[in-house]
Amino acid sequence: MADSNNKEFTGTDAHAVNGKLPGADAHYDLVVVGAGPAGLAAALEAAATGASVLLVDEHPVSAAQMGNDVPYWFGGRMTGAVQAKARMIEQVFMAEPLFEQAFEAGIDVQLGVYAWGLWRNRANLGALPEPMLGLADEERSWTVGFKAIVLATGARDLALAFDGWAQPGVMGAQGLHALLTRYDAFAGRRVVILGSGDLALDTARLALDKGLEVAALIEVLPAPQGDPAKVAAVQAAGVVIHCSTVIRGAPSGIDGVRAAVIGPVAGDGPLVTLDCDTICMAVDVVPAIELLDVAGGRIVTESARGGHVPQALAGAALPGVFIAGDCAGLGQSREQAAAQGRAVARQALGLEQAAADNAPDALDRLAYREAWLRALVSVTPDTVHVCQCEEVSRADLLGVQPPQYLPRPEKLGCRSLETLLADGPADQEQIKRLTRACMGACQARRCREQVGMLLAMGSNLPVEQAPRAGWRAPVRPLALKVLADWGEAEAMREGWDVWFGIPTQWTPYRDIGTEREAMHREALGGNMHL
Amino acid sequence: MTKSANGASVIVIGAGVTGLSAAWWLARSGVDVLVLDKGVVGWEASSRNGGGASHYQSPLFDEEQRMWPLMDELLGYPTEYQRERVIIAVSERQLHHYHYIAGMCGDMGYQVDKIDAQQAREMVPLAGDNCLGGIHLRFGGHANPQRTVQAYAWATQDLGGRILQHCPALRIETSGGRATGVVTPQGTFSCDALVVAAGPQIAGLMAPLGVDVPLAAARAEMIVTEPAPLMRWGGVDGNGLYGRQTLRGNLAYGGGPHEWIDTDPAGPAARPSTPLARNLARRVAELLPGAAHLNVIRSWSGIIENTPDGRPIIDRLTQPENVTIATMSGVGFGLSPASGHAIRDLVIDGQVSFAEIDKLALSRFASLPADWRSQRGWDPLAEAA
Repeated sequence: MADSNNKEFTGTDAHAVNGKLPGADAHYDLVVVGAGPAGLAAALEAAATGASVLLVDEHPVSAAQMGNDVPYWFGGRMTGAVQAKARMIEQVFMAEPLFEQAFEAGIDVQLGVYAWGLWRNRANLGALPEPMLGLADEERSWTVGFKAIVLATGARDLALAFDGWAQPGVMGAQGLHALLTRYDAFAGRRVVILGSGDLALDTARLALDKGLEVAALIEVLPAPQGDPAKVAAVQAAGVVIHCSTVIRGAPSGIDGVRAAVIGPVAGDGPLVTLDCDTICMAVDVVPAIELLDVAGGRIVTESARGGHVPQALAGAALPGVFIAGDCAGLGQSREQAAAQGRAVARQALGLEQAAADNAPDALDRLAYREAWLRALVSVTPDTVHVCQCEEVSRADLLGVQPPQYLPRPEKLGCRSLETLLADGPADQEQIKRLTRACMGACQARRCREQVGMLLAMGSNLPVEQAPRAGWRAPVRPLALKVLADWGEAEAMREGWDVWFGIPTQWTPYRDIGTEREAMHREALGGNMHL
Repeated sequence: MTKSANGASVIVIGAGVTGLSAAWWLARSGVDVLVLDKGVVGWEASSRNGGGASHYQSPLFDEEQRMWPLMDELLGYPTEYQRERVIIAVSERQLHHYHYIAGMCGDMGYQVDKIDAQQAREMVPLAGDNCLGGIHLRFGGHANPQRTVQAYAWATQDLGGRILQHCPALRIETSGGRATGVVTPQGTFSCDALVVAAGPQIAGLMAPLGVDVPLAAARAEMIVTEPAPLMRWGGVDGNGLYGRQTLRGNLAYGGGPHEWIDTDPAGPAARPSTPLARNLARRVAELLPGAAHLNVIRSWSGIIENTPDGRPIIDRLTQPENVTIATMSGVGFGLSPASGHAIRDLVIDGQVSFAEIDKLALSRFASLPADWRSQRGWDPLAEAA
């Protein structure tokens, strides 16, 4: 009888989390994550009011993160310069004049620092002494507290698979922009750009300005998609925009991509081979919602703002948590983002109630992504991996088949997305654990959007209803020894148990209620679990 | 017993690992079975756990041991089951603890070998100079929780059983002292017998029937690394951790303090993880220094129910007499091949054929005081959602 001896209960569970999670290592009035236009403007605005401000930005990321395509799709096209992080911090600092202004304003600017977790008490979590942001560099991790936090985390690359897309030299527009500007460490010379919207046109312009050759822009739709003035400017520079055209393959050599093979979207027209060392996918970017997602912010699907986006517009997204810039919705100029950053900073400091200006453009981004994905799927063998890390092909994803290292007994051949749909709507979390798509070391940066869209298409649902895979902390891959809390609080060490620390849980059944039960408890200090 | 779209001979509430195993065992016996779940199969802790299958303390353990090596074949789908476990110590206190457990298991007839530091490092290549030795369980093992849960579900369907996802049980209907149906948003499903294996939601479903099932729910956390080179024994833990190396190579480990929470009839409102990931990372880096450079790529938390003594409740009630309730009190995955068998026996035969489980009856809590949670310090920290 469990309660025959109530003396053993003290009203306290020594193994519960209560009081064991420490407060933050440092505190600021305002923490700003991301030093793009919105984040820099927010930090400067806050500092001007006398607030203590921390501005963190992960750039320059380590060469190892770049190799995992974190946070951008760098495609292995960086020079050796990125190996020297200290030198790169100087480079990144010099590339942005506002950093000097930020230092002078007394802002604690920390570059090369990853923000990997954001926690606040909420449903089923009451153990935190305060809201906290998790930070890390290459050596260690720590936490910071704040009165308010502004997430200005920007956007990351949209990746879509085609034959050869896993080769070095296939990259995203954000990755290329970063390597050409902030890092000055791009290792390519001749680029084929996929897409013809403003993103692709701006990418072409930047590449030309940096002295690169732009072999062509490729567009699956019948006409260029971006601002006509930008289209004209790119064409005037001698760059051809191939419309109704799709990439069919990327022949490669020892250094990765050597060419892009293009052909018509429909029919069996002639294939053309364009020599290049880089293929830059500039179809779209995706708001970087990782931190808001792990903090419990509500995420919705909205095509014009960039797909999976915060339900909140720029401004307050959660109590004490504010968002600004691309992560709150795509489609703003640098000036608009900066204005938004300033307004959100004032709101975060309680100086203004007004919501920031939020004016997304009218693009149907999801429809454009879908047009690209459908065109690529029609010319890409279904054996091509959609998930590079876990080597999951499109066929295996839609067949809901296990990874290659497992047997595939006969019965599994009868299972597919179609049979799974008989049980209910497709669930990306369920399917990713069965197929392992989205489970790899890049934390699904290269595959989550296309996997969601493929599942929607396979379910005959509009892409707006594509299932979403949630983010999990750490939202940047961090080595065990870096993530580890080596200065752990005494309370944590004392109260640690493998499981719940319920002393009666592990008594061998035959010994329950016998003298031997007491003997085991005595010998093991109340914990019998391994 | 009739088969109809609006009912089944046996309804199982809860497509967790225990409910699905019960459904599979019932379907194997030719019973028309319908499983109802508020979400997707195995959505809660059933598919997110350490995957261990070495719970020697249970009266169901012998059956579990018999079943696991047969499961891939019987289910028809891979579970990633691997035999045996290695527990290594990085402190004298841990080593002493493990050696005592080795003796305790030996007394029960389960073979455990003590291994010295050098043997441990040979068996566990990622172990380091800080390893003091450990024990090698020549029984037990581990499997992939998500894959196993899905395998139960698919195997149940292959035998004619039905699974309705996104169909929460709102209420149990009774008539003449028997459960006669389950009310859901998709209508009422009638049944001749009922299995309630709804985890933390069991208490809320049973209370209107006058059956008090003392359960408290808590949140616990795990972390996962990128893949490491495969070790011969994936079932390696110790140093205050439970977990395993998956067949893909990822290291998945949990442990440490839990947070007691309120239960919601609709299921958990959120499953947040916390900076506890840092404490877990430290212990994994200590346990397996050879892996300390590997990236942690995700963490998660799960909601787990516990009984007051931490032991399962597997019981066919006397009132309503056609209702069987089952909670494994946070230790359900590994034992699932046997718990489903026990539930099948209770539903069909009224008693378990292969083990004596009288001490797992609900009646042991008959005189539990109303404030049993507070007595134990199990009151929730977070405000109700």
